[in-house]
Amino acid sequence: MTDAPTLPNSLRSGPDDRGHFGQFGGRYVAETLMPLILDLERHYRAAQADPAFKAQFDYLLKNYVGRPSPLWLAQRLTDHLGGAKIYLKREDLNHTGAHKINNCIGQILLAKRMGKTKIIAETGAGQHGVATATVAALFGLPCTIFMGAVDVARQQPNVFRMKLLGAEVVAVESGAKTLKDAMNEALRHWVANVHDTFYIIGTVAGPHPYPQLVRDFQSVIGDEAREQILEAEGRLPDMLIAPVGGGSNAIGLFHPFLDDTDVEIVGVEAAGEGLDGKHAASLAGGRPGILHGNRTYLLQDEDGQITEAHSISAGLDYPGIGPEHSWLHDIGRVRYEPVTDEEALTSFQKLTKLEGIIPALESAHAIAAAERIAPTLGKDKIIIVNCSGRGDKDIFTVADALGVKL
Amino acid sequence: MSTRFAAAFAKPHPALVAFITAGDGNTAANLDALVAGGADVIELGMPFTDPMADGPAIQQANLRSLAKGTTTADIFATAAAFRQRHPDTPLVLMGYANPMTIRGGDWFAAECAKAGVDGVICVDVPAEEDPELGPALRAAGIDLIRLATPTTDTARLPAVLNGAGGFLYYVSVAGITGQQQAAQASIDEAVARLKAATDLPVAVGFGVRTPQQAAEIAKVADGVVVGSALVELVAQHGDAAAPHVEAFTRTLANAIHSAKEIAA
Repeated sequence: MTDAPTLPNSLRSGPDDRGHFGQFGGRYVAETLMPLILDLERHYRAAQADPAFKAQFDYLLKNYVGRPSPLWLAQRLTDHLGGAKIYLKREDLNHTGAHKINNCIGQILLAKRMGKTKIIAETGAGQHGVATATVAALFGLPCTIFMGAVDVARQQPNVFRMKLLGAEVVAVESGAKTLKDAMNEALRHWVANVHDTFYIIGTVAGPHPYPQLVRDFQSVIGDEAREQILEAEGRLPDMLIAPVGGGSNAIGLFHPFLDDTDVEIVGVEAAGEGLDGKHAASLAGGRPGILHGNRTYLLQDEDGQITEAHSISAGLDYPGIGPEHSWLHDIGRVRYEPVTDEEALTSFQKLTKLEGIIPALESAHAIAAAERIAPTLGKDKIIIVNCSGRGDKDIFTVADALGVKL
Repeated sequence: MSTRFAAAFAKPHPALVAFITAGDGNTAANLDALVAGGADVIELGMPFTDPMADGPAIQQANLRSLAKGTTTADIFATAAAFRQRHPDTPLVLMGYANPMTIRGGDWFAAECAKAGVDGVICVDVPAEEDPELGPALRAAGIDLIRLATPTTDTARLPAVLNGAGGFLYYVSVAGITGQQQAAQASIDEAVARLKAATDLPVAVGFGVRTPQQAAEIAKVADGVVVGSALVELVAQHGDAAAPHVEAFTRTLANAIHSAKEIAA
């Protein structure tokens, strides 16, 4: 959690008390959920003010997750590209292999605090599902994970991991049977079980206060990176790059730097087969609308029907984006760039060979953007790229895309 | 309150509020069947790709309708044609925020007024987000119908009622449409609590499937909402559903209308 003071004119002071970042965010939920959302907000405020909550969060991040995660100078990648110096924030080295666990630790502590006895979550690639099942096991709470039936089929190792961890995995058969539909089904389950169930949302989306609290829990990434780069280089970086699906790893890295106007910030959207084909780039190819509790950029048709997203990375395969990203996009503080499936695949292999680090396909999108940008910058410039997760989960997808039979 | 709502709830018996999804099956024929069968208020569902508050029956109806290419313009055309055929039956559009607000609340409210729509229920615009639709609808003379639920406590109720019109829709179970049924005792208690707080008629829905259930609820409520059970008839009979819809509507209406006598 970040506890740095925010100035009145700071870009870090949002959302407002109604959960809005400019025109984005808000609480667009059924009346049944509204009292619970308000209750969650009250408990979160109390937790923020409670040193014991922060102490327990920090303890678990250090001793269970293994934080701080290293900031690795990717020298061979830097030499290969011949431009700016590239550092990787190694979220892939966290317990369970991605940044997702940071948020899950925070939310399950909130669930305990609220006296909730059951945990639910949605998952796309299965990383958030595994992280949620992990903390549910750690705290001894029963856990149900909603996952699109298509994702269940293509992410079998993670499905098995969740089951080993004691979670029940519900294959969602509605809609396109992917992440968006899993979230619909989790919301339907939640609405029928609000009295005892806590919904651990996996990204900086959903109704207020989720985008805020998930961001706060993930801001440990940027807080650490800031300290680490100051120690390594004696100055702030020139640029941050992170992949954006819902955008939790990205906002976690970006948020502590938002007021440092000299630090350029780049979010990377999944352009799938290209922006004129099937993709998941909500900012580049969508417009503002309301889905899953918040107003944000969405892929949709002229009547406001949501269209299907596509990315080779299941974690980016979502037709929306967190509301704070929509706001940062509109005010121009963060630049969002598209990267295609093909570019991500190339970078996946390149980082693996040059650095001995197999990145998640999500993270490979950020690496691809770095490859594009670094050569255009001088060697005195510094870029931090968020290596948000490890790629072991993706080897089947990558093998398939490369025509390799495993 | 629109005069059509006022007239519907001033009848000497409780009201049957009947829901079907626009663009699913032969919608015009099914709407006529609802009226012929004795429905007092019609809710026309606007299909959405992501109907988060709906159970399987209405989810499937949404997908069937969208698969046929139903547009928002089609829905307003259906509503306007209904108004031509049935000048007196109140018509409510029910759906989700994104299709209703994508061209702006003012646009939506103006289209509702043009089509002769009396009220709007938006599932995912709670009182806290009222500016999204409420002011535009009220300015256009369209009632914004609010939902109250088992989780809406007494402290919160005034906020829910502020700006509400038409009738108050009591969602009798914390859950999604067409699933479990609420205990009658909990409905009695909730309706009494709501009626003490508002002069609006109170209609009860979610999980009401049979004439017997509807009659029990009609003993205490001003109206009973039935949706999934009607939508399932459309699923079963497709374009030939109208006679089935009419027959079932009649059994519901008879049960509800004879549940209690209301002094006129």
